[in-house]
Amino acid sequence: MAAVLKVEDLHKSFKLGFIPKIKKILKGISFSVEEGEIYGYLGPNGAGKTTTIKCILGLVHPERGKIEVFGLHHLSLQAKEKIGYLPENPYFYDYLTASEFLNFCGQLFLMEKKKKEERVKELLQLVGLENASDLQLRKFSRGMLQRVGLAQALLSSPSLVILDEPLGGLDPLGRKELRDIILRLKKEGRTVFLSSHILQDIEMVCDRVAILVNGEVISQGALHQLVSEKIHFTEVILSGIDTEELKGLAESSSAKGERTLLKILSEENLEKILELVHSKKGKIHSLVPRTETLEDIFVEIVKQR
Amino acid sequence: MKIGAIALNTFKEAIRDRILYLLFFFAAVCIIFSRILALLTVGDRVKIIKDVGLASLSLFGALMAILMGVGLVFKEIDKRTIHTLLVKPIHRYQFLLGKYFGLVLTLLVMLLGMSIIFLAVIFAHTFKLEWQLLVAILFIFFELCLVTSVALLFSCFSTPILSSLFSLSFYLIGHFSWGLETLIKKVKPGLGKTLAQLLYHFVPDLENFNFKMEVVQKLPIPPKIFLFSTLYGIFYTVFVLTLALLVFRKRDFI
Repeated sequence: MAAVLKVEDLHKSFKLGFIPKIKKILKGISFSVEEGEIYGYLGPNGAGKTTTIKCILGLVHPERGKIEVFGLHHLSLQAKEKIGYLPENPYFYDYLTASEFLNFCGQLFLMEKKKKEERVKELLQLVGLENASDLQLRKFSRGMLQRVGLAQALLSSPSLVILDEPLGGLDPLGRKELRDIILRLKKEGRTVFLSSHILQDIEMVCDRVAILVNGEVISQGALHQLVSEKIHFTEVILSGIDTEELKGLAESSSAKGERTLLKILSEENLEKILELVHSKKGKIHSLVPRTETLEDIFVEIVKQR
Repeated sequence: MKIGAIALNTFKEAIRDRILYLLFFFAAVCIIFSRILALLTVGDRVKIIKDVGLASLSLFGALMAILMGVGLVFKEIDKRTIHTLLVKPIHRYQFLLGKYFGLVLTLLVMLLGMSIIFLAVIFAHTFKLEWQLLVAILFIFFELCLVTSVALLFSCFSTPILSSLFSLSFYLIGHFSWGLETLIKKVKPGLGKTLAQLLYHFVPDLENFNFKMEVVQKLPIPPKIFLFSTLYGIFYTVFVLTLALLVFRKRDFI
């Protein structure tokens, strides 16, 4: 597959403070995003995620490095036409209504009036704002602004969608809807570059991820390669068994009312417990094998640094 | 097209600004007050109305250009609306020119509004429409275009308060630069004179746009002077806008 976004050896530093002190933000970042994938860009606060995105979009000038979008220079208008961007904490012209704002954005893409109006209507429906289209943006909540932001990012049907912390400010339902939209974009053949620190969401939707710490990409690759499928332990909630009989079979146990929560490390012990429950006519309420999560890897890497 | 869209959006934003209406109100009060002032004057009463009226148009127009202009780019950066805009398929110069022409359009509308009040007050006094006054107003507009470009330049790298001070200084220096001419004549040849001459060529001369006296006194103005003032306005504005573009092109939007 062709690289949609290629970043090579990106460096950026800022002068901070009254007596300027140089702070290196990006220290030679390289990665490439393939066509049609959802690429997760992870990192703790201040790692340089937003700065990388701003370099890609031309809001910040990198000191060194090369950025290509669809093989084009990232600042060329042809490249920009193919990108849709949702900023972190989006701010828009609050005196405009949602539909006026989207129409204004459409003018910057030189969209035909009729096509533009149809697309605006379609997008407002997609992000669930069809009833708020004539409301001034200053009256919008943060979550609603995030939805308008997503609509403007998708306005030109971009081939590459860059989302910077898109899930912040959304309620659980909104997050689910956004995840569905991201998956739909992938289905439509679009490439999504997603920066976030909400790891569960990244894990749910991303094909590949890069982990950024202190301005350096520490680890990158396919999600299934980074996260091993080996079971670390199994959590079992059961009832109807005397806790004395479970001694030595589980690593730790806690009881609440009739129910007992067990953490079982070996498969052998798990089988013994299941046999015991079966013979004593007890009841298993839940059995959850815990594999390594992206969060475990992320925490481990950040701690090492 | 893209510049037009940004200009129209800037216009929509600017006409919602209360400062604009406050200044418009004060300008209207001054123009109307000139009629009362004329009643207290011995001599040519219409001249007083014309003098005060044109001075009001120039001063309040310049204040509008400065106070609105200094926030043009700064507000976009401060509110981070620029992040959404500059990632669209537009060049930075298109954004900056869009902002500039948006404010110029706003100033044109405001100047037209003030001019209507001004001409109406004169009409109420003389029962004549004095169209030649439009010449002076046209050159006030050229001056406002230049002042707006200066405010925009400062807005690209400075805070609104500092930008206001710089732009106001530009306006004042521009109107008093003729003092340097007198100084050059009086100073003996040497380093002082050379420095004064250098400064004289560097500082703007906004008096090039001042045709108030000629129009009020109905003096003939040679077309050569019109042409010179127009070209001076165009070249100076283009020069300042180019500087603004160079500054804006290099900026990082963190």
